[in-house]
Amino acid sequence: MERRGNAPQDDIPLVLASEGHHGPVIHASNRIARGMGILPGSRVVDMRAICPELQVEYADQAGDRAALDRLVLWARRWCPWTVRDGDNGMILDTSGSDHLLGGEAAMLIEMETQLSLLGLTSQLAVAPTWGSAWALARFGPVRSICMADEIPHKLGPLPVAGLRLDGETLLLLQRLGLKTIGALMDVPRLSLTRRFVKAALASNPLMRLDQAFGRLAEPVASVDAKPRFVVQSRLAEPIFDPTPYLPQLCEDLCDALQHASMGCRRLHLTVYRTDGDVSFVDVAMSASSQDPIHLHSLFRDKVERINPGFGFDLITLAAGGVEPMHVVQKGLDGDVEDGLDLSLLVDRLTAKFGTQAVSRPTLRASHVPERAEGRVAALSTPPPPVEAVSQNRPIRLLDVPEEVRVLYAVPEGPPAQFVWRKQTHRVTRYAGPERIAPEWWKDRPGTRLRDYFKVEDQTGRRIWLYREGLHDDGRGGDPRWFVHGMFA
Amino acid sequence: MQSLSLQKYKLGQRHQRSPIKRTLSEIFPETVTDAAAIGYILARLPRTNAPVLWVQDRLSCRETGRLCLAGLGVQRPIIAVNLSRPVDVLWALEDGLRCRTLVAVIGEIWGDPAALDFTATKRLAIRAEAADVPCWLVRHAATPNLSAARNRWRIGSVPSTANAHDAHAPGESRWSLDLFRSRQAKPGKWTVTYDRTADRLDRITPLRDGAMAARDGTTGQRATG
Repeated sequence: MERRGNAPQDDIPLVLASEGHHGPVIHASNRIARGMGILPGSRVVDMRAICPELQVEYADQAGDRAALDRLVLWARRWCPWTVRDGDNGMILDTSGSDHLLGGEAAMLIEMETQLSLLGLTSQLAVAPTWGSAWALARFGPVRSICMADEIPHKLGPLPVAGLRLDGETLLLLQRLGLKTIGALMDVPRLSLTRRFVKAALASNPLMRLDQAFGRLAEPVASVDAKPRFVVQSRLAEPIFDPTPYLPQLCEDLCDALQHASMGCRRLHLTVYRTDGDVSFVDVAMSASSQDPIHLHSLFRDKVERINPGFGFDLITLAAGGVEPMHVVQKGLDGDVEDGLDLSLLVDRLTAKFGTQAVSRPTLRASHVPERAEGRVAALSTPPPPVEAVSQNRPIRLLDVPEEVRVLYAVPEGPPAQFVWRKQTHRVTRYAGPERIAPEWWKDRPGTRLRDYFKVEDQTGRRIWLYREGLHDDGRGGDPRWFVHGMFA
Repeated sequence: MQSLSLQKYKLGQRHQRSPIKRTLSEIFPETVTDAAAIGYILARLPRTNAPVLWVQDRLSCRETGRLCLAGLGVQRPIIAVNLSRPVDVLWALEDGLRCRTLVAVIGEIWGDPAALDFTATKRLAIRAEAADVPCWLVRHAATPNLSAARNRWRIGSVPSTANAHDAHAPGESRWSLDLFRSRQAKPGKWTVTYDRTADRLDRITPLRDGAMAARDGTTGQRATG
């Protein structure tokens, strides 16, 4: 299925590629590419040789699957039982709902129209069983409709590929001369059973045949749409400030969530303006919650970001990231549980200052000091602990090392005196050097090594000083000195 | 000295009555480039796995750097909040003091912003006492003006102890503590040494006898060249 909105012109051969064992292979191709003999499964380099002007895009298979899952729910407009079938199909159990759309033929036309309005091409068929519908939709005539007694007659001329078999079995049947489903039907049942007794479903023509003819049950297990939690408040006349309505909305939403024993991770507050526009505010939580007071507090300074325009008359509050949440009472006294308390704090800080401001530093495996520390979200599960560098490290690290002016450079060891921030520091004692070489797999070529010294000046301040480079390393001029941190 | 409690609270002792109420303390580092105040706060934190809330404003982060995790003796979870305005720092501190799970709330503010007045410090002190969570306010490059902090310290580095392995290298850290105003203890001045491996603070008693006094190891000048 291709989106019509951004599809290229029909006269350009276009393929979608996915990573194979030996370079990219073709995942899907458009009509003109198929006409040139470019079929899914072949390698992109081979097909470039056939057609030099071939356009290659990478396929987003997970995205396609998610989109198809959404489409499956969208298709509930026609019938209540729908399910995704593989990566490129949908099964709708239309029993008892076709007459609502004016019969099966009219229903198929309606479906094709609606799908094409979404920008999707479709091949539709109606059949009594999953298997026969699969075959007719892919290999049968356009919008074919098959009654229960017509299955042998309609499936007979179709190729055996319509039986949902895997490649090896198809090749085997090809070699046996069984090219159509009709030819396979004529083979005595006993011989087929004997030949394929141990084969799995995907490589067993007899079982597939039975499924297509309805002798083997294949029910449609419909998935349930996730419930949506939305509350709204309709106003008699337009207003400019949603604040007075927020506590009631939060309360209603939390009632609904508690009733379903669910918690939410995000909230979307939307106001529908009288001039036909909408404005919204989103907040997020670090742990799922169903506490109305907490949810309301997250909107404290955010409501001002709503642009009311000429006023709005409808406010909706929707819960996102809904997940099951079981409230467990840990003790009999009214104390708040420890973890909950902390997650509420992180929520409040994140809601006010943004996700960038609140973080949790973690150790990373690197000897370069500025890379030895990473930042993760405050309440995310910490990465596996990294062994800290056993060397003596300062307690404070400057974000940008500050260059110092060296008064008496000494070939070995740190300078006897240096000027940092207009103050002269006389080095009384020092430890080092600790040499930290650049990480060649990350740093640019020409990065100089560093020799770190822990120095103590005349007033007792302990400073982490480093010399960048050596005198004759051929990577720039004289080495420079920097202050990188302070020891306690 | 019972009032100056340098001992750490042991694990599980948290909900017991401690001799000194946990409250708001202000620390004025003697110089901007001195990390002794940070070291002292970290040395006073109890040995638990509870997280620390660490709030810094932009200027103090730029001028005095940020906490280096590899330099901490004891690894503990830290929730770092980097903000731009001192008002926001005060807001975050106050909000953090509502959370009893935290082991400490530490704020760093540069200079004397107008928002940090007597009322703001009083709010912090009352909140800290209500939640029984210690709050440390590090005030870089600030003047000790009117404040409701229950303890006010001035902390600086002094030359470290002699290094047993290398006479030219600095040894264990030594800090000069000056408790110049306190509601809970008698003000005084102390010199302490911090034992990094044992994570312990030791008070150094000044002896009258100069020859017996603990030496700081700066006797000899560094031989250059």
